Amino acid sequence: MQTLRRTPLFERHAALGARLVPFAGWEMPVQYSGIANEHRAVRTAAGVFDVSHMGELRIASAGARDYLQARLSNDLDRIDVGQAQYTVLTNERGGIVDDLIVYRLGPEDYLLVVNAANTDADHATLSEADDASDHWAYLAVQGPEALERLGLEVEPFSVREEVEVLGVRCLVAGTGYTGERGCELGCAPDDAVALWDAILVEGVEPCGLGARDTLRLEVCYPLHGNDITPDRTPIEAGLGWACALEKDFTGVEVLRRQKEEGTAQKLIAFSMEDPGIPRAGMAIAEGGEVTSGTLSPMLEVGIGLGYVPAALAEVGTEITLDLRGRPRRARIVRKPFYQREES
Amino acid sequence: MAADESYPDDLRYHPEHDWVRVEGDTATLGITWYAQDALGEIVHYEPPEAGSSVAKDESYGEVESVKAVSEVVAPLSGEVVEVNAKVVEEPETINDDPYGEGWLIRIRLSDPTEVDSLLDPDAYRKLTAEQ
Repeated sequence: MQTLRRTPLFERHAALGARLVPFAGWEMPVQYSGIANEHRAVRTAAGVFDVSHMGELRIASAGARDYLQARLSNDLDRIDVGQAQYTVLTNERGGIVDDLIVYRLGPEDYLLVVNAANTDADHATLSEADDASDHWAYLAVQGPEALERLGLEVEPFSVREEVEVLGVRCLVAGTGYTGERGCELGCAPDDAVALWDAILVEGVEPCGLGARDTLRLEVCYPLHGNDITPDRTPIEAGLGWACALEKDFTGVEVLRRQKEEGTAQKLIAFSMEDPGIPRAGMAIAEGGEVTSGTLSPMLEVGIGLGYVPAALAEVGTEITLDLRGRPRRARIVRKPFYQREES
Repeated sequence: MAADESYPDDLRYHPEHDWVRVEGDTATLGITWYAQDALGEIVHYEPPEAGSSVAKDESYGEVESVKAVSEVVAPLSGEVVEVNAKVVEEPETINDDPYGEGWLIRIRLSDPTEVDSLLDPDAYRKLTAEQ
């Protein structure tokens, strides 16, 4: 039996009464007070997530830029030192090995924050990088009041090192995966408990992976392993905006052809017209399948992402899902389901 | 507001975490405190149709939380005479009051002797403690 890894905050989660579940080889909190409650806290105030399970790869040497530019889909030259970018690591078939955030810390110094389940695959693909995952604890503080509670000003997609946050030295990035304002904080594993405790003192709601999933789904951010996989390309998945097809990177010729000729299927967002909650793996009668589904805590309706034949992938098209033997109608809608009000 | 843990004395329990309140030849069915706690906030109830049959130990409906789906197992056999419309509209009623307003269906029993095979509160409590 595989032993589950624990983050430096495991005891804190247990003490808070979190429900702990295995996730990508880690024992992680799925919820504390309840998924919907935590979800609403992030949409209306502030929530904190322990995302220390995520992997960190670092490449800091002459040639780092050229190395990554030839392997990541987005154009690295669009970010300066102190900026972050969403990008995709592709395989030779144009499939998605992982989606990740790259931070440019120096002219030739990059930190990649990757999905926990893919850290090893990413490291195998980017063998020149160092796996620095054990050197980082990582917290996401998200919500309209998140930065105020931390006493920070953070620009979206910025990154700064050596910032003191509530008494703890952190890397501070204007990133997250909830669709809200906020930041992600990287610190030494030994400092994680002090940082976590200080954040909770500020009245920030502890949130688990359950709310993280419903939050990202409401804003249509794809989840690797569900909506995007090594067998799906960024073009099919609607991530063409993160692919600089004019440069050369692994699998780019496949993506160029798909962009030109179209793909057989496309990832769409749909909302239930009939009662019921869509779930990953449910068949779509017109072709394709659901890859993510939940009840939207903000919209209080079943929502999901799924692949359908490209000819059907139009906003307004009605589709029929097989909800465990019951045909139920849904409609393709514009992404995202939920958008925060600009302040 | 979530209910506190309890297993009322006047109910009988099925090992799949369902309860039954027998009154003459009819019975009211629901899920236990333990079941609703394990699921978390219940956001959807898929009921059977009135007039359909339910069979002991078999699924007659589903309850869903944000994350998970759980089949609801019938502790006894019979015909569905009523579905709790309030729970269809407000599934969180199950969390608030699992043995009261959060009941799921009422059935007319086809074999009242089946109740002898169910657990009393002490036996059920023991079972949940082992899980």
